[in-house]
Amino acid sequence: MKYLYLVWKSLWRKKVRTILTILSVFIAFLLFGLLSALNQVFGGSADLANAQRLVTLDKISIINSLPSAYLQRIESVAGVERVAHASWFGGYYQDPKNQFAQFAVDPERYLGVYPEVLVAEEQRDRWMRTRDSVLVGRDLMEAFEWSVGDRIPMYSSIWTNKSGGQVWDFEIAGVFDSDDPRGNTQLMLIQYDYFDEGRAFGNGTMGWFILSIDGAGNAAEIANAVDTQFANSPNQTKTSTEAAFAESFISQYGNIALIISLILTAVFFTILLVSGNTMAQSVRERIPELAVLKTLGFQDKGVLGIVLAESTFVMLIGGGLGLGVAVLIVNVLGLVPLPGFYLDGAALMQGGVYILLAGLLAGIFPAIRAMRLTIIDALSRA
Amino acid sequence: MSKDLVVLTDISRTYQKGKEKVEVLHKLDLTIEEGDFLALMGPSGSGKTTLLNMLGGLDKPTSGSVRVGNDELQNMSSSALSRWRANNIGFIFQFYNLLPVLTAQKNVELPLLLTNLNGKERARRAATALSIVGLEDRANHYPRELSGGQEQRVAIARAIVSDPNLLLCDEPTGDLDRETADEILQLLQALNRDHNKTIVMVTHDAQAAEYAKHVLHMDKGTLATEVAA
Repeated sequence: MKYLYLVWKSLWRKKVRTILTILSVFIAFLLFGLLSALNQVFGGSADLANAQRLVTLDKISIINSLPSAYLQRIESVAGVERVAHASWFGGYYQDPKNQFAQFAVDPERYLGVYPEVLVAEEQRDRWMRTRDSVLVGRDLMEAFEWSVGDRIPMYSSIWTNKSGGQVWDFEIAGVFDSDDPRGNTQLMLIQYDYFDEGRAFGNGTMGWFILSIDGAGNAAEIANAVDTQFANSPNQTKTSTEAAFAESFISQYGNIALIISLILTAVFFTILLVSGNTMAQSVRERIPELAVLKTLGFQDKGVLGIVLAESTFVMLIGGGLGLGVAVLIVNVLGLVPLPGFYLDGAALMQGGVYILLAGLLAGIFPAIRAMRLTIIDALSRA
Repeated sequence: MSKDLVVLTDISRTYQKGKEKVEVLHKLDLTIEEGDFLALMGPSGSGKTTLLNMLGGLDKPTSGSVRVGNDELQNMSSSALSRWRANNIGFIFQFYNLLPVLTAQKNVELPLLLTNLNGKERARRAATALSIVGLEDRANHYPRELSGGQEQRVAIARAIVSDPNLLLCDEPTGDLDRETADEILQLLQALNRDHNKTIVMVTHDAQAAEYAKHVLHMDKGTLATEVAA
């Protein structure tokens, strides 16, 4: 600790250079934070997937609906505890740009299978009582500045209603949150009965089924039992774990994790070069000063430590600020309205490890050079 | 009766310059008593600075032995020599070699970072050293805010703050005007006289050498003559 003052003062020997280096590290770690949060958007749903939930959908394509009669048959499979269903509404609010997910669901079944969906009891009752009402996720409520009780028109690009129009009118019965900060609350839940009776075609079908099972260890067996039931029907099914379903859905966008990793690798490599160059320059300029320290009795290892501490300080300041601002943007202010856009503890921990690693890697070669300085040669450069 | 602080016996130092071997010190013997103020003079390349580096444990002889106090330096490891320097030697350079990012006070405290003293005690001792060199009112000034003479005084305070027996000065007045140089030399003389510091000073300046108790002339790696100051 007694060397901290010396390290700190040496760091600010060339203020402008140090500030510019810190700024570049700041930008790199801000980018790291934002990309990690983006990774959550694509990979988070797989992470959040419950190991005791299976998803059954049409074997050919998710856009093909399944007969509602499948519900009871799936329920009868051994090991299946609860079954919910959902159907894609495919609508937008006022403007085609305002796209978000809307599912037509059976309220009781849906909330039974998704206990992480949190809703006030009074609002839940109101949703169940009122057929044309919807339950809306918190983020969506805030994004459109809606209030409970508002009536909102939704335009469905898929479902024409029986009056021949594509605009459906709903009342907001309540708002839901998730028990996980990464949970998706940019979602609208419509009452299936109201939707099914109101649509002009496709009645009596359901988009997909969500199965709550008695143990993750039985998942493969139960999935097989479900699919076997419908093996010879016109609507064959494909049942998989929720995580596998989420991953296959995400893979439609390409390997997002790989793309993000490649971007981050490029950023870190650049930062290492920038900071390493700064530290090398700083040591080169201070060779006589470092020689003086050694003359006074500072050990080789002590000089190595001082240079390494300087480079780690630069990373800690820049990286810490970068991650801090990323947390502010993503978690505190919520400036990016994407479902699941969240910076979790694991990503922050990973960022912290990268900061320390980058500090040590950027400083190691200049530090070794400083450690190996011969006092007499170095003093002669004064 | 004074005892011997430094005993150099049959010291030689050879450097390899390309394919050629250059002998800088040749079978040199030297004894320096405790409390002495010795000036080393001689032409460039005569081996004065190499000899000073030997005394400070910055360089090792190719052959012969260097004893300072009770310590034989030629057999010490690099880290043992670092520890030894911190406890026994004060260095004063021609160009002061202060750290520009630290105030005078913090520059003087530098050698004390290697001790177990707490921050308060370090500050107290540094303030005392600065008052000995007459710069207590410049403690919070950075080197760029001081004159050459004041910088050298800070360097002297840094050299004496850990209370070493031996002060090694390499051309301490080489970068100063006559008047300031005299002030610095008087200060060194006072440290020798009043604080019993043993001083070895390399200089080209005959007037500076007059402040020493003894003057040794070197030539081609050997001691040529001893002149009474």
